[in-house]
Amino acid sequence: MSDLAELAASAIERAVAAGAGDAEAYTSEAENREVRVHGGEVESLTAATQRGLGLRVWIGGRVGYGFGTDLSPAGIEAIAARAVEAGRVADEDEFAGPPGDGGEAPALAGLSDASRAEWSPAQIADLALAVERTALESDARVAAVEQAVYFDSAERVAIASSSGPAGEYETTSCYAYLQALADGEDGRETGLGFGLARGPAGLDPAAIGREGAERATEMIGSSKPPSRTCPVVLDPTVAASFVGLLGRAAGADAVQRGRSPLAERLGEEVAAEAFVLSDDGLDPEGFATAPVDAEGAPRRRTALIEDGRLQTYLYDSYAARRGGALTTGSAGRSGYRSPPSVSASNLIVSPGAASLEQLLREAGDGVYINDVAGLHSGVNPVTGVFSVGASGRAIGDGALAQPLREFTIASDLVSMLRAVRAAGSESRWVPFGGSISTPPLLIAEMTVSGS
Amino acid sequence: MSPGAELLDPTVAERVIARALANGGEFAEVFAERRSGLTLAIDESRIESVQTGAEEGAGVRVLSGGTTYFAHVDGLDPADIERAAGEAAAALRGDRAEPRPLSARERSPQPIERPPGDVPAARKAELLRELDERARSAGGEIAQAMASYGEARREVAVANSTGLLSGDDRTRVRIGAQVVARRGDRVETGAETLGGHRGFELFDDDPAAIAAGAARKALVLLDAGPAPTGSMPVVVGGGFGGVLFHEMTGHGLEADHVQKGASVYAGKLGEAVAQPLLTAYDDGRMPGEWGSDAIDDEGAPTQQTKVIEDGRLVAFLHDRQSAERDGAPQTGNGRRESFRYLPIPRMTNTYIAPGEAAPEAIIADVEQGFYAVSFAGGQVDPATGDFVFGVNEGYLIEGGKVTSPCRGATLVGNCLQALVAIDAVGNDFWMKTGICGKGGQKVPVGTGQGHVRIASMTVGGTQA
Repeated sequence: MSDLAELAASAIERAVAAGAGDAEAYTSEAENREVRVHGGEVESLTAATQRGLGLRVWIGGRVGYGFGTDLSPAGIEAIAARAVEAGRVADEDEFAGPPGDGGEAPALAGLSDASRAEWSPAQIADLALAVERTALESDARVAAVEQAVYFDSAERVAIASSSGPAGEYETTSCYAYLQALADGEDGRETGLGFGLARGPAGLDPAAIGREGAERATEMIGSSKPPSRTCPVVLDPTVAASFVGLLGRAAGADAVQRGRSPLAERLGEEVAAEAFVLSDDGLDPEGFATAPVDAEGAPRRRTALIEDGRLQTYLYDSYAARRGGALTTGSAGRSGYRSPPSVSASNLIVSPGAASLEQLLREAGDGVYINDVAGLHSGVNPVTGVFSVGASGRAIGDGALAQPLREFTIASDLVSMLRAVRAAGSESRWVPFGGSISTPPLLIAEMTVSGS
Repeated sequence: MSPGAELLDPTVAERVIARALANGGEFAEVFAERRSGLTLAIDESRIESVQTGAEEGAGVRVLSGGTTYFAHVDGLDPADIERAAGEAAAALRGDRAEPRPLSARERSPQPIERPPGDVPAARKAELLRELDERARSAGGEIAQAMASYGEARREVAVANSTGLLSGDDRTRVRIGAQVVARRGDRVETGAETLGGHRGFELFDDDPAAIAAGAARKALVLLDAGPAPTGSMPVVVGGGFGGVLFHEMTGHGLEADHVQKGASVYAGKLGEAVAQPLLTAYDDGRMPGEWGSDAIDDEGAPTQQTKVIEDGRLVAFLHDRQSAERDGAPQTGNGRRESFRYLPIPRMTNTYIAPGEAAPEAIIADVEQGFYAVSFAGGQVDPATGDFVFGVNEGYLIEGGKVTSPCRGATLVGNCLQALVAIDAVGNDFWMKTGICGKGGQKVPVGTGQGHVRIASMTVGGTQA
């Protein structure tokens, strides 16, 4: 047994001794590094170690949660006591209970990359500097880079529970991004470039730098589009933001509590046939990939939308019991500080056959959306109705034309999915609002509000 | 004993700082913290999600030649903190630098009458039940009610190589209510919060009123029509309306953005950026306010900073490093989410000072416009100044009167133009709480203002 698994086991013992009927422990240990560079100099270099325990307890149908960083025997005892105390404050919930045995977890290889540990601080600093340098050198109009950042993490996780489910795994991940600043006739434009991989050897700093530069410079000379309803092409980064919302809407907890635009739509037509979506906790390239979910149930692939129809919701053990369904291995958590809850793993939109050029030709006359802002405030989570700020490019004669800014796009999630006319052939992993892989999407019609 | 002394023994702090400077550097600092908290929620009239946490840790940084070397560690074991200091210093190659001996600077924390930790958890559950009942009693169209309670205590201690040793003991409480109203296929939500750098005494005066307020918003939206589209005068409500100023101007005043040329206000110090009727502050010492602290997270005392005086930009918001770079005084704005982060310039409580106009008069002067009472949130790109705001409660203004409610409106614009376009500031004034994200760090901030009118702004509506 590893040290983390031993800590998890002892936490369960302490919780039961403190009065819990059942308990589940999640321990994690992470080593993180971060480099921030600006103006050809290293601005900051960070090294960190984090270690903590999250303990979920059941006292009959009452659930409590405690977490902490003190993993000494006395520290664990205190966390257990507080978790039990918290459980006593909660009301009885007939569906609450420890997760049952979810079966054998798959063996997964390739979740860790050796370059994470091998690369020295000087090497990762050079990588971040190369991101910035490429952006500055790729176009004379790039005046500066606000910040170029490299981050990596190696994490070990152990899960144990009094009811059976358990698991342990190690992952590494890293990403780099920059915000490039370009000077235009009337002010500055910004452009984001990013890349992610299991280790620094998998990142292409030049590509990241060029993307930031291109996104900033292509906005020079932008204007407001006229208000109208027209075809729209969503950049993969934008499509991913909406897919992230869709993942939350597909969560059975949101559905059961009547807070999802997908509620009561199981088996119904919720999308055009061109839009195919799955949740795949085992995709080798996905950053949410792990043998087990946050409560020890095996990860798996779940078809969410096929043939335009909603195939299933996503379940953790609680939502499954409440909905009379089986868990889909969809318990997620943001570290030991928060208890498990329903969450998508890797959301994957199936690529179609059309190249980006073909999508633009098919759109003919419309708008290419490069960026959306205010998604967290501009969406009604119950109905899926949204109005969000956007920027991008005009599509004229089937090709990208002048840059556009300061406009909004409005629709609702399901109407938008039903209007998907085609998915592009080239997918991209996007880490905003989840772990999402999606191609660009052509939407037949959307409301664009500008001048 | 001064706050923080128990977290960070001065002799340990001196050893850690000396170790951090073992390979040179102009400045070293150790920041120690203990944070604990309790959150609970009520949903479907059931108390759930009862969570408690306790975390301790320290962060050590060394500044050398414009680079910051930072290491942080979970736990407050002196040996671990010293090891973190060694890690921070590892990449440096210079000769040992000598820190100044520490001398304690006493600062009184914000007073807390009733520490929430002393209040039984059952009383907090009862408070949520009151909120739930109040929301549900607002009418038959109320479909769902949710409410949450959170308390957090942060004990912090900071010591640095200039000899500074200081600490703070911060307690915050906050409740929120979210209500869903339904009429046929129409579903609308309303939300309201109440919070402060206060103890449980914050809830003495009818805290469940926020649930009634959230319910009222959701019900109003059931009657709402589509929002208008186009450029028009916009009147922004008081309190959380101040989030507009926070986003569109406040972030651009944070000196790190300014120094990187990533702020539309760079190079504009002393210039007119608004009409003379506008004066604005950042004030980290407002008693009991959500964004207040005794010291910032670098040990500098918080203060009231006038940022715009009669329309002229007069100050930026600084942390230690940005102040040094500009040769400007520190303003007590070096904040961090926790010991796991480096401090950066952040707002505390930011507000537009009350003006002279009566709120009714501000609206009466508008022939055809939009009244944004409160926002769901917003986003701004400090470099370009482009912003977008989701309006949570909004109405048409027709013939000088507030008429029908609108749903789904967004305000889109550019900071520089929108700030100059403010042509009326109301004499009413109140503060609201917010959580502000920057550089991956979330900190509590206060926003405030009275009613404010923007002569022309783009409203992105739900009408094509």
